[in-house]
Amino acid sequence: MLTIDNLHTEIDGKAILKGLSLSINAGEIHAIMGPNGAGKSTLAYTLGGRPGYEATQGSATFNGADLLDMEPHERAAAGLFLGFQYPVEIPGVSNVQFLREALNSQRRARGEEPLSAADFLRLAREKAALLGMDMEMLKRPVNVGFSGGEKKRAEMVHMGILDPKLAILDETDSGLDIDALKTVGAGINAIMRAPDKAVLLITHYQRLLDYVRPDFVHILAAGRIVKSGGPELALALEKEGYAEVIAA
Amino acid sequence: MTVLSVPTRRDEAWRYSDLDAAARVWPVAAPERIVVAPGEARTLVLLQDGAEGEIVIRDHAVEIGAGGTLAVHLLNSGGALGRVTFDVTLARQAHFELKAALIGGETQTLELITTLNHAEPEATSAQTVRAIAAGKATTNYLGQIRVARDAQKTDASQSFKAMLLGRTATANAKPELEIFADDVKCAHGASIGQLDAAALFYMASRGIDPATAKALLLEAFIAGLFDDMADEAERERFATVARAKLEALG
Repeated sequence: MLTIDNLHTEIDGKAILKGLSLSINAGEIHAIMGPNGAGKSTLAYTLGGRPGYEATQGSATFNGADLLDMEPHERAAAGLFLGFQYPVEIPGVSNVQFLREALNSQRRARGEEPLSAADFLRLAREKAALLGMDMEMLKRPVNVGFSGGEKKRAEMVHMGILDPKLAILDETDSGLDIDALKTVGAGINAIMRAPDKAVLLITHYQRLLDYVRPDFVHILAAGRIVKSGGPELALALEKEGYAEVIAA
Repeated sequence: MTVLSVPTRRDEAWRYSDLDAAARVWPVAAPERIVVAPGEARTLVLLQDGAEGEIVIRDHAVEIGAGGTLAVHLLNSGGALGRVTFDVTLARQAHFELKAALIGGETQTLELITTLNHAEPEATSAQTVRAIAAGKATTNYLGQIRVARDAQKTDASQSFKAMLLGRTATANAKPELEIFADDVKCAHGASIGQLDAAALFYMASRGIDPATAKALLLEAFIAGLFDDMADEAERERFATVARAKLEALG
């Protein structure tokens, strides 16, 4: 589904990713872990197409298409979802309006009919319930006044409504208490664990992986994947730390 | 105040205006007089959507009697020069409220000039002005508040925010307070910014195309200004004109 080959990314001329390669197939859940500054968020933003994150070498192919050649909104319409570590507040635009525009923009781009207001609200209600989020919150402006945990839940509601093929979740677990972590983990499983979907979890900690079991774990350090393995790799990291595991 | 001679840059109230355009229609008609009787509550709805190239200058001389209220909603978006002015004198416990949007593109100059004379005690005023400028447009807000020596317990506020959509667009803000009383509240704020790049990327990451994302952010920027308009048909008309104008900014 996603093939990243020798990807190099620069921000303001500074090299952050230095030859990263990774392949994700449909039906798989991958986790990327790594110390601060390794380039985890840069990877997420490069794949999402954030301005300023310039891919200078290598390629990223998403379902046969050149991902790096697409505009950010085209990547979304193609089925890529980016979960933000710090979701953005948008005063004056309600979640409902925002998400309906998003879903219908994607549908238009794919040549599908837009969803009616009633059908959209039914869908939004169903996905909000899945994440234990009150529908009233979705009527409020996007992320404005939301706590850290509420923002992350809202991100998962976005994901549920937009129903992507591939979700790249950048530290979705940060700022969550244990109950919220369980809810969000269950949400990711319910929405994304399917034979035709895939997830790339970017995280610092093992604890999210207790709820969303990865098939593969990769360690990112200094802009490259330095080690890959199964779920046991995350456990080893938690026990021994990055330096030990990378050196081993 | 009617100025008989053609205005120049030296006239403070014309400092940022399009003087060539003004000269072409000079002299202009005397200000429209609006008198709000003591205790009376009135509203004024003003839509300035002059045709392309038109020069529109509308002056208002307002007197609000004791305990009276005037609430103004203004959308200033048409013409080559769209200039709206209010010279307001407030008696005891009078209230003046202004909610205005200036939306300009191409080479338009759109401006709002207010002079509030808090002549007597305990009068209040609140002005909320939002400006959006694209292309080579200029948007100006000059807001003067004068509080007379006797006008204790005056409460006056002024908020101006402008959004510039390109490097060649301009916004000028000039708050001016002249306070001769010592027990008053006068709050003013002015800010000039651009579309939030982080918000634009967040919207794009959810699949919203750039033109729609921009329109949503701009609608949000002026949202709320016209929500409390009593006449629903007028409110709809404002929303429709504003939306069409924002779309035309491209």
